[in-house]
Amino acid sequence: MDPSRLPGFLLRRGVKAAIVILAIVVCNFLLIHAAPGDPASVIAGQSGAADERFLAQLRRQFGLDQPLHVQLWIYLKGVLTLDLGFSHRQQLPVWTLIRERLPATLLLTGAAFAFAVAAGVTLGTLAARRVGTWADSIITVIALTFYATPLFWVGLMLVLFFSVWLEWLPSFGMATVGVELHGIDAVLDVAKHLLLPALTLGLFYLAVYARLTRATMLEVADQDFVKTARAKGVPEGQVVRRHILRNALLPVITFAGIQAGQLIGGSILVETVFAWPGIGRLAFDALLARDYAVLLGVFFCTSVMVVGFNLVTDLLYAVVDPRVEVEG
Amino acid sequence: MSDFWRRFRRNRGAVVGLVILALVIAVAAFASLLFPGSPWDMATAPFVPPGEEGMLLGSDSLGRDVAAGIAHGARISLMVGAVSTAAALCIGVTLGAIAGYLGGVADDAVMRFTEFFQTIPSFVFAILLVAIFTPTIGSVVFAIAVVSWPPVARVVRAEFLSLRSREFVQAAEVLGKSRIAIVVTDILPNALSPIVVLSSLMVASAILLESALSFLGLGDPNLMTWGFLIGSGRSVIRLAWWMSVFPGLAIFLTVLALNLVGEGLSDALNPRLARQRGGAA
Repeated sequence: MDPSRLPGFLLRRGVKAAIVILAIVVCNFLLIHAAPGDPASVIAGQSGAADERFLAQLRRQFGLDQPLHVQLWIYLKGVLTLDLGFSHRQQLPVWTLIRERLPATLLLTGAAFAFAVAAGVTLGTLAARRVGTWADSIITVIALTFYATPLFWVGLMLVLFFSVWLEWLPSFGMATVGVELHGIDAVLDVAKHLLLPALTLGLFYLAVYARLTRATMLEVADQDFVKTARAKGVPEGQVVRRHILRNALLPVITFAGIQAGQLIGGSILVETVFAWPGIGRLAFDALLARDYAVLLGVFFCTSVMVVGFNLVTDLLYAVVDPRVEVEG
Repeated sequence: MSDFWRRFRRNRGAVVGLVILALVIAVAAFASLLFPGSPWDMATAPFVPPGEEGMLLGSDSLGRDVAAGIAHGARISLMVGAVSTAAALCIGVTLGAIAGYLGGVADDAVMRFTEFFQTIPSFVFAILLVAIFTPTIGSVVFAIAVVSWPPVARVVRAEFLSLRSREFVQAAEVLGKSRIAIVVTDILPNALSPIVVLSSLMVASAILLESALSFLGLGDPNLMTWGFLIGSGRSVIRLAWWMSVFPGLAIFLTVLALNLVGEGLSDALNPRLARQRGGAA
């Protein structure tokens, strides 16, 4: 893309992202009011059992005795200054809770994503180069299998196999409890804990990326510029890497953006299975405690993460592919 | 029709899928005959391994029959899958038809709305919906429908966009048919095949979504579901692997069967596409 058009492109995408985030805040607000019962007790996270003085304070704070649009304005102002409410259960602001847990979730989803893309693209390339052979069929079967398997069950089966039967890997947490580790030992300890959760979360997307890469590579391989490259005498390995794969990766980037939300949703399940101390686990604990303030905060933060990730993939796509329309 | 069946049969995976699906439906239909009484009742001692004391798939921590739980859970899974897909189809077809047929501002508005629902993390949203509206079978179906309609709207919109300028639609317009009549009786029947293919895949993902929700404890507390069985087996997996393994296999088989049937339907309804794919593979 012409670099001079980049600021305009960024601005348009930024505005679009801002509108989506605003809509999510409104959505949260509507949910608080659509819930059965008193909105104040939803915010407090305790139906019926909350302290009456506390509820009165919440009503004042959120202006619950005022018209709806005034309430929405108060709520919006709060969220946009990162005041996501207060978890009465944990006696901490929601944003503090989420901020503490964010690195663990980013580590888990990042590792799973890297594994899924690297392994998926490799397998997809292999399948495309050996179309119709048994290697191709095996990759297709693996993809079909992971499409149909519940994520949390894959996690449990890995625990059963690698932790309970083989006793190779730890089955829960992010670090060994009760041991003080430093330097490289601490990193290795976390890596050992990370392996199973990241594998669980990554396997499904590996299947997705393998199928996608296979399909687009077959499509690109038929095109004229590939034939031209071959006719020029470019070595086969280089044709695959520089001409086919590079073009076939574009849909993979788009898809990564689309799948970002699902990856975060999946991390809730995986973190629950492996007691991984991220925001997914936070959401699960909030669920058990009916701590709605935390749940709403988690929904808001994960949505913002997805919107941000989409912005990055859009930009990446525009930079990588010169044909992309910047008007959109 | 026989042509359809012939093309469907040519996809061996689809036939296998259909057989598995028929079995699951049969188990669901005859659950009360196969396993009389409530699946919540104690049937034997706790933690009986599979194959002992007449427990085909073992018993759980309260001595309940795991096989009975799976059979009764099949009803809920299939029912939730079917009903929530039907609801999602209603939303998606309506919005997609409006966008594709009217075009212009309506199309723009509907597509922005659809994009919004595709952007937000749908599983997190489903959890939030069920939690706030308290876990009942109704709120679970509602939440699944709300997060799964966007692909339908997109597919229906694309079909309507390409169909609305065809001669037979123009002919109907000239004849003075009302817009609603044209949409329902002329365009929709011609857009059915992609909707049918999509809905079998949607039932599959709805079953996965329901199992994930009830695994997290968001299922209807009065109903036995596959996800609940796995969730209750999670903490005792070192003691009783069968409690988590078998319900998971049930989900896997059902979802796999639905995906295979979906591919078969796609081959049977779009023979041109199937040949193309066959050529490439």
